[in-house]
Amino acid sequence: MSPLAPMPGRGLEPGPLEKAPDPEPQELAALEGVWGALAPQERRGRRDLLLPALRALQASRGWISYSALAAVCRELTMPLAEAYGVASFYELLATEPRPRRMIHLCDDVACTLKGAGMLAGRLQALLGHPEQGEGPLGWSLSPCLGQCERGPAALVGDRVWVGLTPEGLEDAVGAWMAGEEARAHAGGVGTHLGSLGEGTPLLLRRCGRVDPGSLEAYVEHGGYRGLRRALQLGPEATLAEVEASGLVGRGGAAFPTARKWASAAREPAPRYVVCNADESEPGSFKDRVLMEQDPFAVLEGLTLAALAVGAERGFIYVRGEYPESHRSLLRAAEQARAAGFLGERILESGFSFDVELRQGAGAYVCGEETALFNSIEGLRGEPRARPPYPAQVGLFGRPTVINNVETLAAVPAILERGGGWYASLGSGRSRGTKLLSVSGHVVRAGVYEVAFGTPLRTILEDLAGGVPGGGAVQAVLCGGAAGTFLGPDQLDTPLSLEALQAVGGTVGSGSLVVLDETVDLWAVVERIARFFRDESCGQCVPCRVGTQRQLEVVSAVRRAGGPVDDQALAMLNDLAQVMRDASICGLGQLAPNAVQSSLRLLGRSGGDERG
Amino acid sequence: MAELARGGRRDAAEVEIRVDGREVRVPAGATLLDAIRAAGGDVPTLCYHETLEPIGACRICVVELEGSRTLVPACQRRAEPGTLVRTDTERVQTSRRMVAELLQSSADTSLAPDVERYGRAYGSRPERWRPLLDGAQEVEAPTPARVDNDLYVRDLDRCILCYRCVEACGEQVQNTFAIGVAGRGYGARIDAGFELPLPESACVYCGNCVAVCPTEALVFRGEYEMRRAGTWDEARQHVTTTTCPYCGVGCPIELHVQDNRIVKATAPVDDPTTHGYLCIKGRFGWAYVHAGLETGAGQEPDRPAAAGASPD
Repeated sequence: MSPLAPMPGRGLEPGPLEKAPDPEPQELAALEGVWGALAPQERRGRRDLLLPALRALQASRGWISYSALAAVCRELTMPLAEAYGVASFYELLATEPRPRRMIHLCDDVACTLKGAGMLAGRLQALLGHPEQGEGPLGWSLSPCLGQCERGPAALVGDRVWVGLTPEGLEDAVGAWMAGEEARAHAGGVGTHLGSLGEGTPLLLRRCGRVDPGSLEAYVEHGGYRGLRRALQLGPEATLAEVEASGLVGRGGAAFPTARKWASAAREPAPRYVVCNADESEPGSFKDRVLMEQDPFAVLEGLTLAALAVGAERGFIYVRGEYPESHRSLLRAAEQARAAGFLGERILESGFSFDVELRQGAGAYVCGEETALFNSIEGLRGEPRARPPYPAQVGLFGRPTVINNVETLAAVPAILERGGGWYASLGSGRSRGTKLLSVSGHVVRAGVYEVAFGTPLRTILEDLAGGVPGGGAVQAVLCGGAAGTFLGPDQLDTPLSLEALQAVGGTVGSGSLVVLDETVDLWAVVERIARFFRDESCGQCVPCRVGTQRQLEVVSAVRRAGGPVDDQALAMLNDLAQVMRDASICGLGQLAPNAVQSSLRLLGRSGGDERG
Repeated sequence: MAELARGGRRDAAEVEIRVDGREVRVPAGATLLDAIRAAGGDVPTLCYHETLEPIGACRICVVELEGSRTLVPACQRRAEPGTLVRTDTERVQTSRRMVAELLQSSADTSLAPDVERYGRAYGSRPERWRPLLDGAQEVEAPTPARVDNDLYVRDLDRCILCYRCVEACGEQVQNTFAIGVAGRGYGARIDAGFELPLPESACVYCGNCVAVCPTEALVFRGEYEMRRAGTWDEARQHVTTTTCPYCGVGCPIELHVQDNRIVKATAPVDDPTTHGYLCIKGRFGWAYVHAGLETGAGQEPDRPAAAGASPD
C-alpha cells in the first residue's frame, strides 16, 4: 500500500482514511487495474481517476466498501466525504452491500409498452424484492437504457439483454445462477434502419452495411476523406466549412456548431474536445447505433473538431448503460491509433491528437455538458453555473468544445463534400439530415434518417410502418422526457426546428415514442415525472424539490382517477414556472415540459404557455 | 478588483448597468447582487454568504436579465456593461415565492428566520402540499437529529441544502473536508461519508459549519439542549465581544451570555482576521470560565453540554 497521504487540515489523530480497515484482495486487484502503469506518486491528485476506480470496485465486488473507498482516497489524495459524495451520486454504483450482479430492468416508457411490468413481476418471483437479498444476483428497475427499439431490455454487468420475454428472462437468470454467465443473455433483435429524402442516407450510409470493427472497411467506404481534406485546408478553412454547413448541435439545444468551435479556438491553449456520448434521454438511441455501427465516423468527427479548434486531447464520455458502444469505440480508437489516424503527427501532418474514453455510471444529468465535465473530473455530476461557458472554462478549467455524437458524425461528410452542399439540404436553422429514434407502438421501431421538412406522419407511417394492427395514435412523445406530447392532430408537422417550435414542441434529441389508444397516458406522464424526480442532481431548490412535488401532484391526480382540478392545475403551473425560470440547468428547466404538454391531451390546458 | 474576469478577458475597471431603471456603476467583477445593493435595492438571499464564493443553489435571489431566457441568480452573475436588470417583476416574485414554499414544504424551517420571512413576504403557501404528502405512498419519515458528540448536533430535517457548511468545511475556509453532499436529487444530504458519526469523521470541531448554517440544521449542542428544555431565550441574552485567550492570533470572539452563563461563542463576520470563523478553542474552549464558580462538577440539564475540558 502506498504511504498515507497527509490530509489537509488534519492533526495527529488518525482520520477516517487512516482508520479504515484494509480492502479485500479483490478490491485491491480491481484498483491495480485502474492505476495500471501509474506509479503511486503519479496517482496523487488524479481525481479524474475516481470514477474509473469506482466503476472497477463496483464491478469486482458489486458494491463499494468504506475500506475500498478509503484506499482510493489515499491513492488519489482526496477526502472521504467528497469521494462518498461522488460514489453515492450514481445509480449504477452502490455504497451498501447488495448482490454482486444486478439486473437493471428498464421500466421506462418504451419498455413498459413492451411488457416490462410483467418482467418485473417475474424477477420479483425469482429473486425477491428489488435491491434486496444477499445472493449472487439481484435486480432493480432502471430508467431508459436506450434500447427502446428492441426492448424490453436489461443491463447486466457489462452486457445488455434485449428483446426480453418472460421465458427468455427466466432462462437467462437460470443460466446465470448455474454459473454460466456467458450463456446468460437474451437478444438477437436487430435494429431497423432506414432513410428518406434528399441527401439520405448520410449518417447511416455505412450502418448495417460496413463492418464497424474494421478500419479498412471504413476507409474503403469513404472514411477519413474528410480528415485528409481538412489537413490540407488547415484549421481556419475547416472551421469555415462547418460554418458554411449550418450544422447545429444534435443533442437537443441546436446551438450552431461552428460558433461553439470558433469561440473555443480564440481562447488560449491547451484546449479540449469532448464527445458527449451520454445519450440518456428516454426514447433516444440513435447515438448508440452510430457508435456501435459506425464508430470511426465519431472518432473522425472528434478529430476534425480538434483540428479546427487546436486541441491535442479529447475525451469521449459514454454513458455507463452503453457497454457495447464503449467496446466499439475502444476497438476503433486502437485501430485508428495504430494506423496513424490518432496520436502524434496524424497522417504525417503537424497535427497531433489523441482521445481517451470515459464511462458514466448512471446519471441522466451527466448529459448536461458541465455536469459531464464534473463527472470526468471526479466531482459530483452537478451542472456548473454559466457563464463562464465551456468554450472559455470547460473540462479541467480549460477552453473546451463539447458536441453530441450525431453532431460529430456529421462533420466528416461536411468536410468531404463541402459545407455548402450540406447546407443545401434543408432550410432555415434546420440544415442537413436528422436521425430519429422511433419506438413504441410502431411496426418497425428503429433509427431513421430523414431530410429536414419530412412530415412526422410520413416518418411514422412510411418508415416505421405505422401503428401495428392499424390502431390509432393517441400521442407521440417527441424529444423524450424533456420533450413534449404531440397529439394526432399535430402529426402533419414537418420535422424541423422551426415547425416543431411553432406547435410548442421540440426536435430535442430526435426521439419519437408512439403511444396508441390503449395506453394510459397518465401512467406515462407519471413515469416521466418520476424520471425527473429520480434524475435531478439535487443542487438547486426549484429542481430538487420541484420535481418531487410535480411527481406528487401527478400521482395524486392519477390515484384520484383525474381530472386535473383547478387546485392541482395551479400547483403544476407554479411548479412549471419556477422550474423553467430558476433551475440551474436544462434538466430542471425542461422537467415540466412533458407534464404541461400532456394537459392539453388530457383535457386541461397548462396555464404557462411561455416555455 | 481589476482581476481577470472568469471568461479570461480583461474588463474595464468599472461597468455601468441599469437596475430597475436606475443607472449604477460598479467595479468590474461585481455581481448583480453587488450592483443591486449599490443602487439602493436588495434581493433576498439564502445560500449566499458574504464570506463564501457564491453558491447559486437556493435560487431565491433570481432576477430578470434582459436577453436571458431564464431568470439569473443575482448573487452569482457578474454585471456586464449595459446589463438591464429587473428585480421585482411578476416572474421574479413567483420564483421567489415558490422557492420559499418548496423549502418550507421540504424542511423544518421554523428556526430559519430568513426562509420564514421571505415566505411571508412573497406569500408562500406551503400548507397546500401537505395533503399530497399525507396521501403519498412514499411518506418521508422524520430523521432523528444526530447527537454523536459533545459539541454540535446535526438535525438534517432542518437542512435546506444551501451548501454553506460544505464550503466552509472545505477549501474556502477550513480545509478539513469532513462533510460533503451525498446522494442525489430529493435524497441529497450532507454527510461525512458512509454516514460516519462525527467523531469517526475528519471533523476537527471548529464549528465553522455551524456558524454559517442558516437553519439550525447544524446547531451547537448547548443551544440544542437548551432549546429542547425550553430554556433557550435570545431575548435574555447579551453579547460581549472579547479576545480569545488561547493563542497569539488574538481572534475577537463574541460570547453570548444568558443568565450570567456563556451559552455560545461566535466571531464577528466583518472582522478582517476571522471573517466570523474560529477554531475549536475559540469556539468551544470557554467552559473553564464556569468551572471555578460552582461546586459539584455535574452537568445540569439547562447547561450547555459543550462544557468539555479545555482542549489544550
